[in-house]
Amino acid sequence: MNTSTDIGHFLERDYQAGFITDIEADAVPPGLSEDVIRLISSKKGEPEFMLNWRLEAYRHWLKMAPPTWAHVDHPPVDFQDIVYYSAPKAKDDAPKSLDEVDPELLATFEKLGIPLHERAALAGVAAEAGPGVAVDAVFDSVSVTTTFKKRLAEHGVIFCSFSEAVKDHPELVRQYLGSVVPPSDNFYAALNAAVFTDGSFVYIPKGVRCPMELSTYFRINAAKTGQFERTLIIADAGSHVSYLEGCTAPMRDENQLHAAVVELVALEDAQIKYSTVQNWYPGDAEGRGGIYNFVTKRGDCRGRNAKISWTQVETGSAITWKYPSCVLTGDNSVGEFYSVALTNNRQQADTGTKMIHIGRNTRSTIISKGISAGRGSNAYRGLVKMLRGAEGARNYTQCDSLLIGSRCGAHTFPYIEVQEPSATVEHEATTSKIGEDQLFYCRQRGIGEEEAVSMIVNGFCKEVFKELPMEFAVEVQRLLGVSLEGSVG
Amino acid sequence: MPAMLEIKGLRVAVDGKEILRGLDLTLNAGEVHAVMGPNGSGKSTLANVLAGRDGYEVLAGTVTYQGQDLLAQAPEERARAGVFLGFQYPVEIPGLSTAVFLRAAVNARRQHRGEEEFDAMDFLTVVKGRMKELGIREDFLQRAINEGFSGGEKKRAEIFQMALLEPELVLLDEIDSGLDIDALKIVSDGINRLRAPDRAMLLVTHYRRLLDYVPPDRVHVLSGGQIVRSGGPELAGELEQSGYGWLHEEAAPA
Repeated sequence: MNTSTDIGHFLERDYQAGFITDIEADAVPPGLSEDVIRLISSKKGEPEFMLNWRLEAYRHWLKMAPPTWAHVDHPPVDFQDIVYYSAPKAKDDAPKSLDEVDPELLATFEKLGIPLHERAALAGVAAEAGPGVAVDAVFDSVSVTTTFKKRLAEHGVIFCSFSEAVKDHPELVRQYLGSVVPPSDNFYAALNAAVFTDGSFVYIPKGVRCPMELSTYFRINAAKTGQFERTLIIADAGSHVSYLEGCTAPMRDENQLHAAVVELVALEDAQIKYSTVQNWYPGDAEGRGGIYNFVTKRGDCRGRNAKISWTQVETGSAITWKYPSCVLTGDNSVGEFYSVALTNNRQQADTGTKMIHIGRNTRSTIISKGISAGRGSNAYRGLVKMLRGAEGARNYTQCDSLLIGSRCGAHTFPYIEVQEPSATVEHEATTSKIGEDQLFYCRQRGIGEEEAVSMIVNGFCKEVFKELPMEFAVEVQRLLGVSLEGSVG
Repeated sequence: MPAMLEIKGLRVAVDGKEILRGLDLTLNAGEVHAVMGPNGSGKSTLANVLAGRDGYEVLAGTVTYQGQDLLAQAPEERARAGVFLGFQYPVEIPGLSTAVFLRAAVNARRQHRGEEEFDAMDFLTVVKGRMKELGIREDFLQRAINEGFSGGEKKRAEIFQMALLEPELVLLDEIDSGLDIDALKIVSDGINRLRAPDRAMLLVTHYRRLLDYVPPDRVHVLSGGQIVRSGGPELAGELEQSGYGWLHEEAAPA
């Protein structure tokens, strides 16, 4: 059958978080050197051990080269042209109560749908369900405020910016920092270790079920600024926590680098659920601008029966390079990875996971849904490794790709290494195209083309969406609708 | 009052090849017409072009639906205005729940008629009532649209959708293909329930079988992209006797 219309036809897409906040910044000049690192460390008033840790990472980084194996294409990043520290100007550097936060910043987060007033936040979610969401709001290089700290502290939960954690809980930071993602892990992790400026820190004490969802909202605002933040979550024995992460950036013609590190530690019987909705500015239809999202995320199920579950919905960024992984050290521990990655226009994504089975009877599940539209390129890259001694370990992997139009691409790179004979690994992969047939069927029932695409895509992603916390589910449907706007014509 | 559907001199090409070569047909409200013909005669082309599917190039002719130019409208506009196509091969859409899909379809139609859209609860009440009438199982709504349905289930689902959408013009493209006799009876029963004075139906079929259960008012024989004979229901019987072989002699170009 001849198809006279081309469903890969584009219009301007509508990126709603693309505004710039006009706020005076305290920034260091572009460029990277030991002096810059010392400056960052002194600005944050860090103890000696942190500075040394940074400098060691930096010296290691100097010897490393950027990875070239990912299925992405971009000009080399000029690391001397990046601003490594930019903070909204404030009277002093101390962590602020909400009243002291610049109203301009509050307005910015408000506009992004992130209420930082605790009463408003509670009112907002009360109507929906659940006990509410605590937010750590990170703006360029610093955390501007963290909500519900008091209420969480009543349960012994520590939720604060990384900078505060270094000051107030140095023993925990020292014990766990770099224990899952060592500074030498990879090029961008090393860079992050050298220059990270802030991020979120969470500690859930033994046996505590965190009484509310925790979240971090990352906002890049200043031009030329890279964002390098670190998140460290420790779930002590028998504790539970659900963590959400969101992010946006203004529309700018030049690319900006976001190189984060997330480390999760789940001790015996602990559970961490980590959900991300990634909506960095993706660049325009011709591929100008957008965020390079080069991120290392890894969790260690360090104790028996521990569980770490990653859910990610990746709709933004010019380039996404990210593999949230699980090291299944404890016997019977469980790792999960649920992912939807959408690339439209000229976006590129190389994303997936690593499941490293070390303990006995460890189990992992990987469900990956890649959607490519426009000239987008989408690669799933995954490693399932069964080490000798991981008796009875099991993995199930399902990778599905959906193509919209004929100018996009989907690739799957599954790596499987099995050293344990009693381990089982299952892998299923499909690639399908939103057919003219499916679209016509919907339209013949009166459903418009864009709504039809959105419904088909939502159906495709269903297994992942059902893993998302309530707070995100609605947001994600809206976001997918926006991201696909103009992908049919 | 204008006819429900009036086709005049319709010529349609697919991939540059002319399939319909000057087709005339008039269908009035309350009537059921059958279009029969051998494979390749243009039956499915007719159904698809009326529904607005891509890939069909209209070379000449007009199609008027309730006094409006049908060919000028997008497929979803035609559907909202009451044109329903029951597909020969209904597609599967994995993960898209039938309930979500049907609510969007019903609401598109309601919006077009200036009626208030159904919320989820109202919709469930309406749809469950209809399911009961037609003996559709409860889990149908939770299943993904047509996914994993047998051939018979898919056709029954088409008829159910038709009942729910209450179209004014029904086009059924080989709705009887691939059905065993029990399924055919159920599907036919569903069609007969919807016969109404304000509704017209066009049944496209290769076999007379369907017409035994859904007796048409008129039968048209399509061959070489034109209607070569029209008659009453008895024409279907004649065709059954003589097959389509005679058409080649009769309709062959001089």
